[in-house]
Amino acid sequence: MKVIETIDLNVHYKEVHALKNVTMSMNKLSITALMGPSGCGKSTYLRALNRMNDLIEGCKVSGQVLIEGDNAYARDIHVDDLRKKVGMVFQKPNPFPMSIFENVAYGLRVNGVRDKKFIHEQVEKAIHQAALWDEVKDFLKKSAMDLSGGQQQRLCIARALVIEPSVLLMDEPTSALDPISSAKIEELMFDLKKNYTIVIVTHNIQQAARISDNTAFFYIGELIELGTTKEIFTNPKNERTQNYITGRFG
Amino acid sequence: MTHLDTELKLLRAELNEMWMLVIRQMNKSKSALSLFDKDVATDVDINEKRVNVYELKIDRDCENILALYNPVAIDLRFVLAVLKINYNLERIGDYAQGIALIIKEFDQPFQKDLFDKTGVIQMYEECIAMLCDTLDSFETENNQTARAIFGRDEKLDTINRKANSVIADYIKMNPKEIEHGLSMLSIIRRLERVGDQTKNIAEEIIFYIEAKVLKHRTKGLVNKEEKKP
Repeated sequence: MKVIETIDLNVHYKEVHALKNVTMSMNKLSITALMGPSGCGKSTYLRALNRMNDLIEGCKVSGQVLIEGDNAYARDIHVDDLRKKVGMVFQKPNPFPMSIFENVAYGLRVNGVRDKKFIHEQVEKAIHQAALWDEVKDFLKKSAMDLSGGQQQRLCIARALVIEPSVLLMDEPTSALDPISSAKIEELMFDLKKNYTIVIVTHNIQQAARISDNTAFFYIGELIELGTTKEIFTNPKNERTQNYITGRFG
Repeated sequence: MTHLDTELKLLRAELNEMWMLVIRQMNKSKSALSLFDKDVATDVDINEKRVNVYELKIDRDCENILALYNPVAIDLRFVLAVLKINYNLERIGDYAQGIALIIKEFDQPFQKDLFDKTGVIQMYEECIAMLCDTLDSFETENNQTARAIFGRDEKLDTINRKANSVIADYIKMNPKEIEHGLSMLSIIRRLERVGDQTKNIAEEIIFYIEAKVLKHRTKGLVNKEEKKP
């Protein structure tokens, strides 16, 4: 079942045509890796899925983005509602300067949830899902800023999960982390796949090979090839994909 | 050129050297047989150690490349193909040595009649030509030459199948030549296996170039593949 589908998606940043007629879809409970050289449009594509590009001045989006069948750019769609469905984790961990608990509870509170018991249950559940519970259960009131980089990133994942989205977007989530923390996030992604559809942008080709079910290769705003990760990394159909993954690009 | 490119280039050069050595071993064991030259047979026996050294070195280099460079796509297929071709070449080296050791056991040369009736020299020449052609197809990445190997291996199988009755008749006619007859059968069996190993090499070359696995496929399917342009 398709959870995400884009049809002829184009994104312009003023005169720059950043994404050109991208048509692709992602199945439920799968991990799709987006890769390509800098400036290829992979992050633009990711941000188009939860309308993060709306914040950029001069950005124009055309074509369709369907999340669970609903057009993300339809006039009657509220961005807040869309982002409840499509959570996002960024390159650098960005905890708020508040306690670990409040960081995770924030998403619920901002959405009007007041029931303390429910908030506690949801926060604990999300921290468990983010594989952080054992490390922070005794320090929930401690500042999130005191956590290590890897812990902060898992906290941000917990914050994204607490509102129970169906899609999780990850923009180079391990690029600022050491190998051990990166491995933990990768393991976590495998677990999260049981309940979430994940799209990840990564510059780490081996990471894409390790964690994803499908891989899309972008180049100068175009989707060059989309296939199962196994196919892409053993027998890519397009020469540019092969040149990129074998490090002979350009 | 990336570090991986450099490593792959060195690996290719090493495999080519081993391939050439194995071809020389086959040529020498053929000369030892046809000329009954025990010195050449000894030379083949001694040089088998060099083949083994190549095998170990190439194994280790493949392991290092896989561990350190994480090759993917065509690079990964290349390393996997080299690993298997390396094993196949080493086996062929063993067969050449095995034949040389048989020759060293005898005091008298094989009769020319036995050569003619069994077609062993013809078989030898075909084996060596197949080995040279697979090397050429690997170097030039020519999948057509590799595909042509399958039909040629069948010719060797045909000679091998006839060998039993040909040698049985020979032994009946020359009862004093039983040992020569039986050893000739053993040599033919080894050459048939050289053909099988060469066919395996051709399959690995096709895997490397086309990403297609031809192992364990029925002859009909492989022939169909061969006819495709």
